[in-house]
Amino acid sequence: MAGTMMIKIVFSGGLELLFGNERNQSVLIPPFVPSDNSTHSSLSSSSESSTPSSYNDTPSTGETKAADLEYLIYHLRDHLLKERPELFMENGTIRPGILVLINNTDWELEGEGSYQLCNNDEIVFISTLHGG
Amino acid sequence: MAPTSCSLCRDAKAILKRPKTGQQICKNCFFFVFETEVHHTITESELFKPGDRVAIGASGGKDSTVLAYVMKTLNERYNYGLDLFLLSIDEGITGYRDDSLETVKRNQQQYDMPLKILSYDELYGWTMDAIVEQIGKKNNCTFCGVFRRQALDRGAASLKVDHIVTGHNADDIAETVLMNIMRGDIARLGRCTSICTQGEDTIKRSKPFKYAYEKEIVMYAYFKKLDYFSTECIYSPDAYRGHARTFLKDLEAARPSAIIDIIHSGEAFEVKEEIKAAQKAQQTCKRCGYMSSNDLCKACTLLEGLERGMASSVITDRARKNMDAMGPAPDNIRTIPLFRSTPTIAVELPSQS
Repeated sequence: MAGTMMIKIVFSGGLELLFGNERNQSVLIPPFVPSDNSTHSSLSSSSESSTPSSYNDTPSTGETKAADLEYLIYHLRDHLLKERPELFMENGTIRPGILVLINNTDWELEGEGSYQLCNNDEIVFISTLHGG
Repeated sequence: MAPTSCSLCRDAKAILKRPKTGQQICKNCFFFVFETEVHHTITESELFKPGDRVAIGASGGKDSTVLAYVMKTLNERYNYGLDLFLLSIDEGITGYRDDSLETVKRNQQQYDMPLKILSYDELYGWTMDAIVEQIGKKNNCTFCGVFRRQALDRGAASLKVDHIVTGHNADDIAETVLMNIMRGDIARLGRCTSICTQGEDTIKRSKPFKYAYEKEIVMYAYFKKLDYFSTECIYSPDAYRGHARTFLKDLEAARPSAIIDIIHSGEAFEVKEEIKAAQKAQQTCKRCGYMSSNDLCKACTLLEGLERGMASSVITDRARKNMDAMGPAPDNIRTIPLFRSTPTIAVELPSQS
C-alpha cells in the first residue's frame, strides 16, 4: 500500500522477554490510523518477527490521525506483545521506568507519544526495571 | 519537531533530557557531565586515597557494568592511583547468575581488571538452588541478602582490598528511604543515605552513583554500547521493594526531581541519640568471627537452620530461641571462612590478547 511505513523496533534491558525474546523486530504502519488507537480494524497477517504485520487498507470508518508513537505503542501491545501487557503499558502510555528513544534521541525531546512516525524510523524501548 | 541543540555546548543535537535538571544535552556533553558528577561525588566525600585497593561489586547488570567502566575512566583521567578489581558473587542460581557471570567475565577482558568470583557453594556449602529446594520460595530473599552481604565482605578480604564500591544508584537509595519510612525503621533511615558505611571490622563500602539517576545510567550504557545483562531473578523478587519502585517511578514521571528530593529528605532527618543507642552493641560471631550483634552472626544462624532442617524458622529472634531449645548445634556445623589472613590471593588475571 502506498505510504505504508516500515518501523524498526528494538527491545532491551529485559523488555524483550515480554516480546518472545526477540530484540530486533519491525512493523508496518499505515500513514493514517484511528484516532482512538484501535489497532484491530484492518490487521491482515500475523506478526512474526521475520514477516512484519501489515495492513490491507486504511481504516474506513471513524476519525483518523497521522500515525504517531502513541498508536505504535498500542500496536505493539496488541500484535507483538506475548505476555503481561501491564508491564509494558500503563494509563495509555509506556509504563514509567521504560526508556524510549526515537532514532537515538530521548523521546522526551521529540514530543513523546505525539511524535509522528516516519518511514524507516528506529524506536528503541529499554526497561530500567530489571536487576542491576 | 525541529532538532534541539545542546544547552551546554550549543552546537550538537540534543539527545537526552536530564531528569535531574531538565537540561537538553548532546551525547558528548552527557558523557562529560555524567562522569564529572560522579567524580565530584567521589572527591567531595573523599572516598579514596592513592594506593587504595578497591573492589567493584560486579553482577553483570547495568549499574555495576557502568560503575566498572566509569571507575576505570576516572581512575585514569584524574590519577586516583587506585588498584581496581572486579568482585562477583555466584549465588548458584541456574539460568540467572550463571548467565550474568559470563557478562562479568567479558567485562574482565574489556576493562582489563582482575576478577574474583566467590560462590555461596564454596563459602556456605549451599547454592541458592539448593536452599530454595529445601525452604521454598518464601523468605529465600532473606537468605540471599544476608549471604550476599557477607560474601562481598569475605571476597573483599581475600583480595585484601580496602574498599568495596557498589552500583547502587539514586533511584535505589530513594526507594530505600521510602521503604524505611513505610516500615518505621528510623535507625536504618538515618543510615541509608550515607554514601559510605563502615562496620567495626568490615571493609569500607560506598556508592559512587548515589546521585546518579537510573535513567542516565541506562542511557550511558546504551550510548557507550556497554555489554550488560538484564533479567529478573527467577526466585521471588522482593514484593515490598517492587511496590516502592513502582510508586517512585510514578512520582518521577510526574516530577523528575522527586528522586533527588527524597534522598535530600532522607539526609535531612535527624535521628535521636536514644534511637541510635537502641541498636545492639556489636561483637564478633563466636563461630566464624564476623561482626555480629548476637553470639552468632546472621549467616551462621541461617546456615545452622539449614543444616538442622529448621531453616524457615530462623528468620526471627523468637524462632532462633526455639531452635536453641531443641538442643545445641551439632559439632559438624561449618565454619564460614573469613579470609582475613589468606597469604596468597587467587585472582584470575585477564589473558593476554
